[in-house]
Amino acid sequence: MTQKLVIIGAGMASGRLLEHLFEAGGDWDVTLFNAEPRGCYNRIMLSPVLSGEKTYDEIVTHNAAWYEERGVTCRFGEKVAQIDRAAQTVTAENGEILAYDDLVIATGSQPFIIPLPGHDLDGVIAYRDLEDTQRMMSLGQGTRAVVIGGGLLGLEAAAGLHARGVETTVVHLMGHLMERQLDEAAGYLLRKELTDRGIDVRCSTNSKEIVGKDGKVAALKLDTGEELPCDLLVMAVGIRPNVALAQAAGLAVGKGIHVDDRLGTSDPHIHALGECVEHEGALFGLVAPLYDQAKVLAATLAGQEAAFRQKQLSTKLKVTGCDLFSAGDFADGEGREDIVFRDPARGIYKRLVIEGDRLIGAVMYGDTADGNWFFGLIKDGTEISEMRDTLIFGPAYQGGAAADPLAAVAALPADAEICGCNGVCKGQIVGAIEGGATDLAAIKAKTKASASCGTCTGLVEQVLASTLGDDFVLPAAATVCGCTDLSHEDVRRLIKAQELKSQPAVWQELGWKTPNGCHVCRPAVNFYLLADWPLDYVDDPQSRFVNERNHANIQKDGTYSVMPRMWGGMTTADELRAIAEAADKYGATVKVTGGQRIDLLGIHKEDLPAIWADINAAGMVSGHAYTKGLRTVKTCVGKDWCRFGTQDSTGLGITLEKRLWGSWTPHKVKLGVSGCPRNCAEATCKDIGIVCVDSGYQIGVGGAAGMDVKEVVRLHDARTEAETIEWVVAFVQLYREHAKYLDRAYKWLAKVGLDWVKETLSDPATREALVERFDISQSVYQHDPWAERATPATARQYAPLADLTLEAAE
Amino acid sequence: MNWIDIGALDDIPLRGARRVKTTQGCVAVFRTAEDEVFATSASCPHRNGPLDEGIVHGRKITCPLHNWVFSLETGEAQGADEGAIATYAVRVENGRVLLDGTALARASAA
Ligand code: SRM
Ligand SMILES: Cc1cc2nc3c(=O)[nH]c(=O)nc-3n(C[C@H](O)[C@H](O)[C@H](O)COP(=O)(O)OP(=O)(O)OC[C@H]3O[C@@H](n4cnc5c(N)ncnc54)[C@H](O)[C@@H]3O)c2cc1C
Ligand code: SF4
Ligand code: FES
Repeated sequence: MTQKLVIIGAGMASGRLLEHLFEAGGDWDVTLFNAEPRGCYNRIMLSPVLSGEKTYDEIVTHNAAWYEERGVTCRFGEKVAQIDRAAQTVTAENGEILAYDDLVIATGSQPFIIPLPGHDLDGVIAYRDLEDTQRMMSLGQGTRAVVIGGGLLGLEAAAGLHARGVETTVVHLMGHLMERQLDEAAGYLLRKELTDRGIDVRCSTNSKEIVGKDGKVAALKLDTGEELPCDLLVMAVGIRPNVALAQAAGLAVGKGIHVDDRLGTSDPHIHALGECVEHEGALFGLVAPLYDQAKVLAATLAGQEAAFRQKQLSTKLKVTGCDLFSAGDFADGEGREDIVFRDPARGIYKRLVIEGDRLIGAVMYGDTADGNWFFGLIKDGTEISEMRDTLIFGPAYQGGAAADPLAAVAALPADAEICGCNGVCKGQIVGAIEGGATDLAAIKAKTKASASCGTCTGLVEQVLASTLGDDFVLPAAATVCGCTDLSHEDVRRLIKAQELKSQPAVWQELGWKTPNGCHVCRPAVNFYLLADWPLDYVDDPQSRFVNERNHANIQKDGTYSVMPRMWGGMTTADELRAIAEAADKYGATVKVTGGQRIDLLGIHKEDLPAIWADINAAGMVSGHAYTKGLRTVKTCVGKDWCRFGTQDSTGLGITLEKRLWGSWTPHKVKLGVSGCPRNCAEATCKDIGIVCVDSGYQIGVGGAAGMDVKEVVRLHDARTEAETIEWVVAFVQLYREHAKYLDRAYKWLAKVGLDWVKETLSDPATREALVERFDISQSVYQHDPWAERATPATARQYAPLADLTLEAAE
Repeated sequence: MNWIDIGALDDIPLRGARRVKTTQGCVAVFRTAEDEVFATSASCPHRNGPLDEGIVHGRKITCPLHNWVFSLETGEAQGADEGAIATYAVRVENGRVLLDGTALARASAA
């Protein structure tokens, strides 16, 4: 007997269902509704249509003839408005009522539109159907588009738009692209590829508002205030299952329509499949599982036994030119081990995640040829201990070679600068080697590389090793930590030479062995990046030690100390009153420090933003007692009061502190300025100490009085205050650009030599350039971190996330 | 299980942590680079360092006071150090972080 089957939605899932139904030869009278004014087409091929590689006709899967041959009544462009389960009927939009024996809901999903102000303007679209695609295709050369969302769909939209000559920007909330399918390293490579093509990619970027003009989209405004002008705005931020119809009919619905293994809903006459369903808590967004569902549902409707099972999924991005693959679970963790292979020279990254003796996840970029083989190993739970050593090289490679620790240096282009002091590039060193220089001394003699400060010695040796191969034995140098084979000095020089401007760039291009470093290397790399690229790199608080993240010193009991600046050790009665009041209000212990200022101890974390606000209100800023940065400038009373004073030591100290505060340095930096050689400010045991004399200013550097007691060595005798300030700033910047993280100035000086520092700084043009770079950095970093955080938003972050002590006990 | 909504996932910084006060002491809730969430006791067995202020790397946490490293999954101290922190069941649903209240109650009974 002919069964009356009504299907709501002519998408990819129901299209496949119909094929299976008719193949099995059942006797069906099918009515197919579709809200879109067309039948089934291959939705995933919309991207090639957008980029112009295909036409719409080529992606139609079922044409009018197909439906006609099988007697399918097509009601395209018509929505089903209502389901009456008791009567077993559906109501079409025009009010017509149709009876069914069986009903299939295949309504797919709906793109999610972020309810930003302006989201309903003309020109704000999603990327879901042919209309959206045609809208994007109507943009011409020289127009502009913004895509919100850096996932699979957003990037396909962006790549397609870009291919049409549209100036395209991608705005992505998360730190790296496709964060659900890719780890940070692969996300970095993908971004690099798209950026190289000319697509502007903004990560960690939040949208605030869509700006319109005459009812049409004109720009996207970011929460930084920046506006990105555009003619079209595409939102590709996720999808929501289309459940409204099922919900109104009273079917069991969660995030999707609840279905069992046989794709049955809570009503025995209604089945559902596709993106609109929820099966065992999971939703679906890729076609592979939907095709499985179609097969199972066809069997179920034909009265056969069949069950739908969820399978592991893998992702391959189709965007032309990006070779990218991910499968399984690739988060790192306890009991899991990573095998990471990076070939910076060819832009290849592969990471396998192993648990016990099984492969559980894989991410690859640049070379995905073995992706399906790895996917098979994951799906089948194959035991891999036998082939573990060579696993990462894929099925074809047995007895594979170890990854090359010199790859990062081998990858450098010939014009990459190796020796900054003498401006020697890799090409010149290779030239010298080819000309017969086979050891460090010969290279030094021929090219002058590593002949000055010497911090590039490691790199020169690596160029030797990678050029000469086995003929050169590489001396072992201390590495940053277990995550890399490179030393701090090498990392610093390579960041400059390769212009690496983000953490993932460092991890990838320098062949890091862990996915995102550890507590030893991350703070160091964070500092190197912000010191070298103040305008490009954004400081990462999560790569900082607690004190620098919270802008206060943590104490042994978990409370904090708060120490405002007292410029040059000077204060006023008003400041002291404000400090006294704050001490009372927040219950602080008050201590005079060894650095000529006052410490408020025992402050609770949640009180920090409030005490900062109070201290700011009295005109004081953070004393940075917690940073690798400028600490104090100790001064003595000097010429103003002291009968021996030769110069205004207090005034000079204050000027220097005001110039230098806020900057990040490799280790802490302390200054002292004494008015005469009696040296009451203890200037001769500071990182930079100035002793005033009748004829001017003696600038000493490299002093300390901590674990080592060091007396300063003389850098320069200056005639004027201005000259003194110029030398001090230039010295600090040289230290910032070259020293290893956590080397105090005296340790760095012992490595590069005072002679080199003196020689470098004695050139007026070099000094001027250093001062200029310091000032650029200060334009970003000289801000009071307390004032920025004395806000309600920070107060919320500094308070516990939740207080469950107030919940009624169970 | 008694899942308690303790806040939004986005309130925890990526590769960071937040603290939750409970009658059994403070719990640290961590969010890794891969957007996974873990909960452990917030206090370091060495000298009570606040673990929610440490550096999160991989699925590990380094204590801010003296650099002991703990697994967020098992709670075990890593490397040469010995000791462990309690771990609690936690999950994310619709962008909200849910902490298992029964486990906390049980911890007090034990
Ligand atoms: C508060 C203070 C002691 C005091 O009560 O006077 C102090 C307190 C600390 N000092 Fe200091 N130092 C203080 C003046 C000094 C001085 C004296 C000076 O600056 O004139 C020295 C010797 C001079 C020098 O630095 O060369 C000093 C040499 C150290 C050292 C050893 C540094 C070295 O290179 O050997 C450390 C350890 C480190 O930084 O790694 C240290 C580290 C510390 C830390 C930050 C320990 C820590 O990591 O938690 C202490 C923080 C306590 C807190 O929460 O406030 N502190 N510390 C002084 C704050 C000065 C200020 O106003 O900012
Ligand atoms: C641009 C793009 C690229 C993609 N690329 C890939 C890819 O590379 N790989 C992959 O696996 N997946 C990809 N996908 C996802 C894939 O297309 C979907 O998973 C799949 O199309 C879902 O099929 P479906 O039948 O459940 O829903 P749909 O194909 O969305 O079909 C549902 C249909 O139901 C209609 N409908 C809704 N409500 C009603 C109603 N009340 N009455 C009548 N009709 C209604 C809708 O108009 C729609 O036509 C992509 C998606 C897009 C948009
Ligand atoms: S000398 Fe400095 S680091 Fe040592 S206990 Fe005193 S304040 Fe702390
Ligand atoms: S208190 Fe945690 S390591 Fe010492």
